[in-house]
Amino acid sequence: MDRFVFLTLDGLSRGAVLAAFALALVLIWRAARIVNFAQGAMAVATAYVAYSVSAATGSYWLGFLAALVAGLLLGAAVDLVVMRFVDHASPLNPVIVALGLVLLIQAVLGMAYGSEFLPAGTPFSRNPLTVGGAAVLSPYDLFVFAAVAVVVVGLAWTFTRTAVGLRMRAAAFAPEVSRLLGVNVGGMLTLGWALASGVGALAGMLVIPTELGLHPHAMDLVFVSAFTAAVVGGLDSPPGAVVGGLAVGLLLSYVSGYAGSDLTPLAVLVLLLAVLLIRPGGLFAPVAARRV
Amino acid sequence: MSATRAATPPHTSRRADGAGPDGARRGSTLRRHAGLAVIAALLLVAASYNLEPFRNFQLATVAAYLCATAGLTILTGLNGQLSLGHGALMATGAYTVALCQNAFADAGMTGGWLLPVSLGAAVVAALAVGAVVGVAAARLRGPYLAGVTLAVAVVVPALAVTFDGVFNGEQGLAVPVEPPPAFLGVYFPYERWQLWVTAAATLLALVLLANLVRSRYGRTFRAVRDDEVAARLAGIHVARTQVIAFVVSAAGAGLGGALLAVLAQSVSPGAFSLTLSLFLLMAVVVGGLGSLTGAAWGAVLLVALPDLTHAVTEQLTLSPAVAQRVEGNLPLAIFGITLVVVMIAAPGGVQGLLSRLARAVSARRPGRRRP
Repeated sequence: MDRFVFLTLDGLSRGAVLAAFALALVLIWRAARIVNFAQGAMAVATAYVAYSVSAATGSYWLGFLAALVAGLLLGAAVDLVVMRFVDHASPLNPVIVALGLVLLIQAVLGMAYGSEFLPAGTPFSRNPLTVGGAAVLSPYDLFVFAAVAVVVVGLAWTFTRTAVGLRMRAAAFAPEVSRLLGVNVGGMLTLGWALASGVGALAGMLVIPTELGLHPHAMDLVFVSAFTAAVVGGLDSPPGAVVGGLAVGLLLSYVSGYAGSDLTPLAVLVLLLAVLLIRPGGLFAPVAARRV
Repeated sequence: MSATRAATPPHTSRRADGAGPDGARRGSTLRRHAGLAVIAALLLVAASYNLEPFRNFQLATVAAYLCATAGLTILTGLNGQLSLGHGALMATGAYTVALCQNAFADAGMTGGWLLPVSLGAAVVAALAVGAVVGVAAARLRGPYLAGVTLAVAVVVPALAVTFDGVFNGEQGLAVPVEPPPAFLGVYFPYERWQLWVTAAATLLALVLLANLVRSRYGRTFRAVRDDEVAARLAGIHVARTQVIAFVVSAAGAGLGGALLAVLAQSVSPGAFSLTLSLFLLMAVVVGGLGSLTGAAWGAVLLVALPDLTHAVTEQLTLSPAVAQRVEGNLPLAIFGITLVVVMIAAPGGVQGLLSRLARAVSARRPGRRRP
């Protein structure tokens, strides 16, 4: 029973990070109808920025801040320099371009930092606290929950309560009409990319210390898990991404706890296939007529 | 949706071109492709005698990659399904060939027929995996399909570590391959033999694929890519067509992976990472989506570009550690930039540019019409 409680809490902590990362995917999907396959590589790049800043200043928090700022800038740059010029006639094109970015970013990181695993620091201890003799969450897990909660609430507030959020939703929903009404549609798109990439950077900062460490490919499997989370919740639904993230985190934790950590990638693949074949729109999608 | 599918009689589309001018042309298409393959084979044999052993080996690697890129270009270019999982399908073929060759070696069997049997088994295994993925893929579109195949690409190499009793984990397996047959002489260079074997398998696969592209199946692939609804109205079974395209493509990838394993005489999960899948995609996009010639350009690029960057980094004076980093990653960076630039500036790829050039040249000459 103790083990089950521990695995559940550990799974929720993993899931919170996946939720944030899935949220980043959903943000871009809603804004631009692109699944950003470069999200993982971009998050790793910002984590390397944090590594450099932390190494230079000796402060985790300056590095953390630098990663978030780098995430915002990188997202805006990817939109302004690359994605804006991609022909969206075929849905394949943005995917292929994003994969080109993956190769490019990982290669640049490999050239700059080498392909060894670098240690990634944490601001709080990762040793679990014990309550009544049972190991429960570590202070770092609490930090993860808090950070993800701030992001989720902040995004929800931005999109539903502020003028910028309204403009962003309008620009994504009806670009032509929004433009006629004076909304800077291109700017909103760039802002959406920047926000999503910033959230992705945060998720990367949170997840990399819990894995093997900093490596150009550190986020490959995390990306697959987060994509699964986004699909479980439905690519169009931000609450779905959060729930999906937690669900995938729990699944990963149970599989690695009871069946062996080698099997987690397979479990993710099976879950992804099952959701796509049984309920392709995700668990939270409204039932829609087939588009022709 | 499934109701309409079930109502579609499976033989409707066959009537459309069983008779008529297409039927008469099919024989000549086969003859033309076979002729081209024979010419290519003669050129390769001539080249294999004039090139140094390392170049022979590189040519053989190009041939192995070509199987995989040709398969992928049929899937992505002709049928419009994006697969990031072809590295995993190559791994399927490679591990099958390794297991078969090891089983033959353990049983003490020798003979020239063993390698073709193993390659055949590799193709069959890739066909089976491709059919499984393809059935799922036929129900998915765009980014969803890309995500699933990406998951396949990440997960399948990890399986080699999970079931390390069979696949021997990260070390992988050795692939015992027999020396060239005795009648070629004692001093026959091994690399030349490798080129002959891979080129023969690749040319055979290419002839089959080229005929498929020109056949009724090729046309249904394109019809489904361009407009699924219209294709269905025309009596094409969309889902079945997509599964067939995936299976054919998987067979190409499996053969390519098997040939690579035979060339390297070993397989390990590290060789079939996600990066390999992205390389294949880059190769077909840069070469020109949907054209087998483009796939050939892409395969050449996959082998030539790392070689070129190696030559470039040798010119620069760098410390050994930095040189190693740059040499390992510069080709990746160039592949990435090329992929982005080609996708934005020239979606037709190399082959698109060449055929545009050819059209411009032939337009200058009056009286000459392209077929």
